[in-house]
Amino acid sequence: MGAESMPTVPGIEAGLDRTSGSTRTGTYLEIVHSWIVTVDHKRLGILYICYALVFLLVAGVEALMIRVQLFFPHNNFVSPFSFNRLFTMHGTTMVFLVGMPILFGFGNYLVPLMIGARDMAFPRLNAFSFWISAFAGLLLYYSFIGGVGLAGAGSAPDVAWFAYAPLTERAFSPGHTVDYWAVALVASGIGSIGTAINIIATVFCMRCKGMTLFRMPLLPWLYATTAFLVLVAVSPLTAAQAMLMIDRYLGGHFFDTQAGGSAILWAHFFWIFGHPEVYVLVLPVFAFANEIIPVFSRKAIFGYAAMVAASVGIGFISLGVWAHHMFTIGMTSFGNAFFTLSTMLVSIPTGIKTFNWLATIWGGKIRFATPMLFSVAFLFQWVIAGLTGIMLSISAWNWQLHNSYFVVAHFHYVLVGAIVFMIFAAIYYWYPKITGRMLNERLGKWHFWLMVIGFHMTFDVMHFPGLLGMPRQIFTYEPDRGWTLLNQIISVGGFIQGIAVLVFVYNMVHSYFRGKEAGPDPWDAWTLEWSTTSPPPDYNFVVDPVVASRRPLWDLKHPEDPDSAFE
Amino acid sequence: MAALFCAGGVAAASPTSIFAPASTPARELNNLSIFVLAITGLIFVGVSGLLVYALVRYRARKEDVTEPPQVFGSLQIELSWTIIPILIIVVLFLTTARVLYKLQDAPEPATALDVTVVGHQFWWEFRYPQYNVTTANELHVPVSSTAAPRPTFMKLTSADVMHSFWVPELAGKTDLLPNRVNEMWIDPQKPGMYVGQCAQFCGSEHAKMLLRVYVDMPDQFAQWIANQQRAQPELIQPTPAAQDPSEESAPNAGNAGIVRAAASRIPPNSPATRGNIVAVSGEESQEISAQAGQYVFEHEACISCHTVAGTVATGRYGPDLTHLMSRETLASGAAPNTRENLLAWIGDPNQIKPGSLMPAMHLSDRQNEQITAYLLTLK
Repeated sequence: MGAESMPTVPGIEAGLDRTSGSTRTGTYLEIVHSWIVTVDHKRLGILYICYALVFLLVAGVEALMIRVQLFFPHNNFVSPFSFNRLFTMHGTTMVFLVGMPILFGFGNYLVPLMIGARDMAFPRLNAFSFWISAFAGLLLYYSFIGGVGLAGAGSAPDVAWFAYAPLTERAFSPGHTVDYWAVALVASGIGSIGTAINIIATVFCMRCKGMTLFRMPLLPWLYATTAFLVLVAVSPLTAAQAMLMIDRYLGGHFFDTQAGGSAILWAHFFWIFGHPEVYVLVLPVFAFANEIIPVFSRKAIFGYAAMVAASVGIGFISLGVWAHHMFTIGMTSFGNAFFTLSTMLVSIPTGIKTFNWLATIWGGKIRFATPMLFSVAFLFQWVIAGLTGIMLSISAWNWQLHNSYFVVAHFHYVLVGAIVFMIFAAIYYWYPKITGRMLNERLGKWHFWLMVIGFHMTFDVMHFPGLLGMPRQIFTYEPDRGWTLLNQIISVGGFIQGIAVLVFVYNMVHSYFRGKEAGPDPWDAWTLEWSTTSPPPDYNFVVDPVVASRRPLWDLKHPEDPDSAFE
Repeated sequence: MAALFCAGGVAAASPTSIFAPASTPARELNNLSIFVLAITGLIFVGVSGLLVYALVRYRARKEDVTEPPQVFGSLQIELSWTIIPILIIVVLFLTTARVLYKLQDAPEPATALDVTVVGHQFWWEFRYPQYNVTTANELHVPVSSTAAPRPTFMKLTSADVMHSFWVPELAGKTDLLPNRVNEMWIDPQKPGMYVGQCAQFCGSEHAKMLLRVYVDMPDQFAQWIANQQRAQPELIQPTPAAQDPSEESAPNAGNAGIVRAAASRIPPNSPATRGNIVAVSGEESQEISAQAGQYVFEHEACISCHTVAGTVATGRYGPDLTHLMSRETLASGAAPNTRENLLAWIGDPNQIKPGSLMPAMHLSDRQNEQITAYLLTLK
């Protein structure tokens, strides 16, 4: 089923411009210049991904420093002040400078290719969005040098990633560290909103001939849902940051409890953003799973329409669950009951998705290449993360679990076990398309198994200190609580994951120069991005593609049994 | 399963396990959690079993290059895995709602003990309005039995930022917010000491905002309250000259000064009521004694923040020290309450608890020793 056996059909095969050279000429300066001024969606996608990977390493180092500090009770590896900065920066970085950019990067790269377009709808807005996001990251990290805070000069934000009021008010956070945090998030929010507008416009206006909404691959569908969520969710965050800055510099009292403001108001604003944000991060990785699992199971996705409905359903329901982060803040019993039920409702569409992936695998012929290995681990881990999510939605039990290490374990199961694992799967899957070379399978398997072992050592075990009463965000703990051994296992697991990521980085660099040539369609896949060269030319397709089904390349490869006959 | 057994073993060794309830709210939550764990456990076994089966059964054979039959979906199957989860959710929600309303909306019985909990960066203030008692960091409550129920109903608020009150063996946590009063209750049935800590990030020393709850037998509790209600004496008596109300140079001193000031309607905080004109002779000021300690305590900044009931020390910013030595720990559990630790703490609180809001006062070693000698008398 290699690319060589592909029959020629006008409209798609003609898109394969094998003459387009990927070697770029010019001096070093010219190459750098061309990357800075580029408005090409593929190059911006690569910039987003590289930018996010750099911050992944930075925030990973922060996490490991946290783990060293917690290895022993009453440890003195870092001061309490530094520890508070470390976990604040780790959380903020992972969400705003790693998660969102890397997913937007893939969206940028893949959405136009998968819908047969030549670029995003607004290429210059796209470049603006990237560069303002990049500015946000640099600004946030400049606070390590330039921010004056509670503990003197050179102080990063130290108010936790949700920055509950009134700790962020000037009475409790003098200096400028909170300002760096607020302004950086506003800047990154502007970038996110720009990208969201761009993705929506691209998906709805730029599809190639024949691609109705219901012939679109699931990835653009999920990216469109995500983009709507970004529009709805990031705006309250930006508003809240503006209110915070008004409190801090213009004498406002929104969250200033000493002058009659409300601490709960901030919590509402933050979580109205914060909960949909989880889905902003997780829907794109569902999108990756929707592409990768069928290709490696050699079957079409099971229940396409149900998958679309479930994704859009998750998008809607996720807007009405935010106060499940606030079950202990003193809501009425009716409020607690309402958000218990609404949170539980999310499990229905997510359950549908999970079972549909299972049904896609069922009856297939599964190939366990590295992208599929990561996807399988994702499926297991996603099931566990969903079940601990149900436990946390039980508002009464949540009074025990809230703000404990159980919660930390749960959301790392989502953010690492599901999202990071699926991002790795996506990198192994699309790296050949992006660079023209395969990642090394052997190193990939090393990466995978180290990651799985490290992940489960860290995050399975992490549930237990939470059940034993260990609150999150503490720089040290008492030796008599029974948490010591558990924390040591967690820390060792963290370092194993660190090694796994180093193997991955080495694989990326090594394969870029030495990897096997990929060819246009190394995985024998079915969506449009595989119909053009790897890497694709600037204009993506020589001739605009025309499609007749959800799997245009399946139709090409199986003219005797085309999908278009059934749709 | 192995993980669960491990967890059981570890739980037995922890004083803060949520699975070792000693009070009705914690017990209800424990029972609810077992029920939820059973249901989610079954779902996990079912789904992961199917997944493992599919992965093994449908792995590709090496020589096989044909494509499997393409299946696009099935309405019946889709409906079944939509409806079954809905039924599970109905069960889970109704069970949760029952426990939720029972605990959160429980009426307060007439026999209940009222406690007001005020969170501070980074310590706890406990007030007993029924007894006019204020203490810090170590909450004493009476045991409650079915025969003689005496639950403790707490009103929680904060003096600065958000905190959260969490003693896992007694109840779930409730946040303490400035400008707002939250409520929770416990009815511990076994005497003993229960530990917990602040569960909402509140700043530099969040980790050392530890919490102890002592559950006393009723007579012990009555005794403890009686002791806490006792005021502390002024140890320095005014000199005979200062006792003369006509003497302008030393108009008031110590308790006598306050009493006189009250009689003459001078506002209690005016300079005339502060016993700071009392002179200590050169010899006395060198001596390491409780008297000399009280003199330093009352003439340095200590009294701006701390209260010692019965004396001129009426500060409200820091913990009430009236019965400091009745507490087992210092600085919200950061260190055992011993003479050495007190001395070190007064010398520089940041050595024991970096980021603590109590400043190092830069007193001489002798003065620190004197203050410590005084504090040790506050039983």
